[in-house]
Amino acid sequence: MTRKRMTGLAGLTLTAGLVLSGCAAGGASDEPIVVGSQAYYSNEIIAEIYAQALEGAGFEVERQFQIGQRDAYLPELESGAVDLFPEYTGNLLQYYAPDTMATQADEVYAELATALPEGLTALDMSPATDQDSYNVTAEFASANGLVSIADLADVDGLILGGNPELEERPYGPQGLLETYGVTVAFDATGDITVDALLEGVINVANVYSGDPRIADFGLVTLADPEGLFLASNVVPIASSDVADALAEVINPISAALTPEGLVALNLQSTKDQMSAAEIATEWLAANGF
Amino acid sequence: MELFLDAVIWLFSAEQYQGEGSIPQRTLEHLLYTLSATFIAAVIAVPIGYFIGHTGRGGTWVVGITGAARALPSFGLILLLVLILGVSERVTASLVALVLLGIPPLMAGAYSGMHQIPRATIDAARAQGMTEWQIIWTVEIPLSLPLLLGGLRGAVLQIVATATLVAYVGLGGLGYDIIQGIPLRRFDQTMGAALVIVVVALTLDVLLAAATRWVTPRGVHRGRLADVRARESISRAAPVATAAASPEEEITQQRNTSS
Repeated sequence: MTRKRMTGLAGLTLTAGLVLSGCAAGGASDEPIVVGSQAYYSNEIIAEIYAQALEGAGFEVERQFQIGQRDAYLPELESGAVDLFPEYTGNLLQYYAPDTMATQADEVYAELATALPEGLTALDMSPATDQDSYNVTAEFASANGLVSIADLADVDGLILGGNPELEERPYGPQGLLETYGVTVAFDATGDITVDALLEGVINVANVYSGDPRIADFGLVTLADPEGLFLASNVVPIASSDVADALAEVINPISAALTPEGLVALNLQSTKDQMSAAEIATEWLAANGF
Repeated sequence: MELFLDAVIWLFSAEQYQGEGSIPQRTLEHLLYTLSATFIAAVIAVPIGYFIGHTGRGGTWVVGITGAARALPSFGLILLLVLILGVSERVTASLVALVLLGIPPLMAGAYSGMHQIPRATIDAARAQGMTEWQIIWTVEIPLSLPLLLGGLRGAVLQIVATATLVAYVGLGGLGYDIIQGIPLRRFDQTMGAALVIVVVALTLDVLLAAATRWVTPRGVHRGRLADVRARESISRAAPVATAAASPEEEITQQRNTSS
């Protein structure tokens, strides 16, 4: 849940710096490839993997990490000041096409390709996902026989916790009611969502599927047979003029990054306190790049 | 400018005034956190400030605490306290953070309010045969009120602004519309809620300014008739150590040193 908060905070301060550096970086081929990342630790690890892989392939790379949220970095990407950025298909599609009806991974990716503004190209998406998911504690799941979100329909007095914007999202309380007939009260627990779930203040928590705490605390992620959530796979977004050159290096990486692999990367950051650079170097070596 | 207009339209659309999460409800929540935190902070800080001001002991203490407390990051403090006390105690945790924010200006106001009273006035009271308590209640407290209320204004302003952050732990208030609006890209909502906070803050400040004027004893009022700025420039031109600094000067001095 930290992504939204950190992006929000970092956004303001970093936009200014980015705009300034953006003036210097052009789109010419002899200039360094500028790799950006969100102010979200997991996103930075992926960006660092891209950066090190490009360096290994002989590119000169400039890192512009921890750039706030989409409002801050997408204009930079669109202008060509940043050349490569790890993104998430569903969340990015929702940014460019808020009314999208696509939910399955392939649909979302196809729609994203058309929704992207001119000058931006989506490279191959990775099987790794980091998307919204509804989670309950193991005790709550077994006490109520919960496997899928649909099973929640028989439980009374549910309180859903998540970021404040979840209240208004299509997969929020309204979507739960329309798609699964599940009635929930909403509590905007934000950064303390997982803590609130473990304490029993809420019963259902919206946690990103890449969050290591799901495994750490033995949370049960409820299945989503009706496709309430947009699939959100990791996808590298590149400036179109350098996309072909980058694709050769980056596409094999996307293919090698699995959902479990992403959680493992995140865990190295949150639990072992390793730096993004160390994690990336280790992962690239372990995967034969 | 267009954003500003959108915000005004958002502010005046009917749906913001009904149901869960309406502007009046959020404003009420915001005021509730602000007023209760200010009240608790005052109950803690004013007696301590008066004690120090009356006895003259521990003045450096106050200055130290006031300075150090300004460095406390409120957002981090709220999250930390919520994690320590538990999510079910998040109201208490947030209030504690807001109270800690309000204590320094209130304590400084109470302390300097007493400190600036001319010694001659207090000695005169003592010479009349007043007991210490009589001196405190009938001389020192009334004369210190203008500066104390100055401190209260500072505390309220800080708390009303920082109460925006309690939305991050799911406690609502006007900050909720701001932090919800940003990821949803509903900037009219974000801007609109920010404007409401500004209005609330200014309203509270104006009310307290009026209250300050109202509680100021007549004698102090009379001393105030001279233009503060003119006086200040005189005292700067001729820096003679005058025992009877006016409360206004004390406030400006305090503000200057603290900012």
